[in-house]
Amino acid sequence: MIRLTRDTIDYHALVDRVRCNHCGGVCAFLGTVRDLTDDKVTLALDYEAYPAMAEKKMAEIEAETRARWPVGEMVLEHRLGHLQVGEVSVAVAVSCPHRAQAFEACRHAIDRLKELVPIWKKENWSDGSNEWVHPDKQD
Amino acid sequence: MRLHVQLFARARELAATATVVIDLPDAACVSDLRHALSTQHPQLAPLLQRSALAVNGEFADDTDSLPANAEIALLPPVSGGGE
Repeated sequence: MIRLTRDTIDYHALVDRVRCNHCGGVCAFLGTVRDLTDDKVTLALDYEAYPAMAEKKMAEIEAETRARWPVGEMVLEHRLGHLQVGEVSVAVAVSCPHRAQAFEACRHAIDRLKELVPIWKKENWSDGSNEWVHPDKQD
Repeated sequence: MRLHVQLFARARELAATATVVIDLPDAACVSDLRHALSTQHPQLAPLLQRSALAVNGEFADDTDSLPANAEIALLPPVSGGGE
């Protein structure tokens, strides 16, 4: 299941949703808003998506993950809008029969999401300035 | 053909609009669109060089053709490189 949301991500509910009786491993990753980038202090982030393509790419990532690992259930959820330090911006939860599979599938899904899904973030720094994060591809 | 190009993030702010309109010959391809965007909106040119273009929700190569009524979007780099 994939979802973009402007609401707080209920990660307890997501983890519960992927639990199933034939899966002995559940792995969850949460991305949260960090307060420091090098020596700069973040007050908040703004997330913006190209929603139609973001949802399409997230669905493709779920499908390719299910094709490579014996996933029971999985959820990819990304928050949009204005987030304060410490809030959850992205969550991935995966269940598999065994733990190694669950770790690998979860890692694959979050790495692909960060690489492929058109969602951008703007840093709101403590000095009052702001800046979209568009790193060079070689970074 | 007349194309409406959706802009996001820094590109939207640089252009001060969420959509720009570009007119191209019917046989144009993605690289023609890049050239027209850079020429008509020079403030986008440096970021455009580092950006992807999406055609109907898929990442497009510069040699791809542009179907009539295609949904076009300029996608600046996402922040996913970091660990």
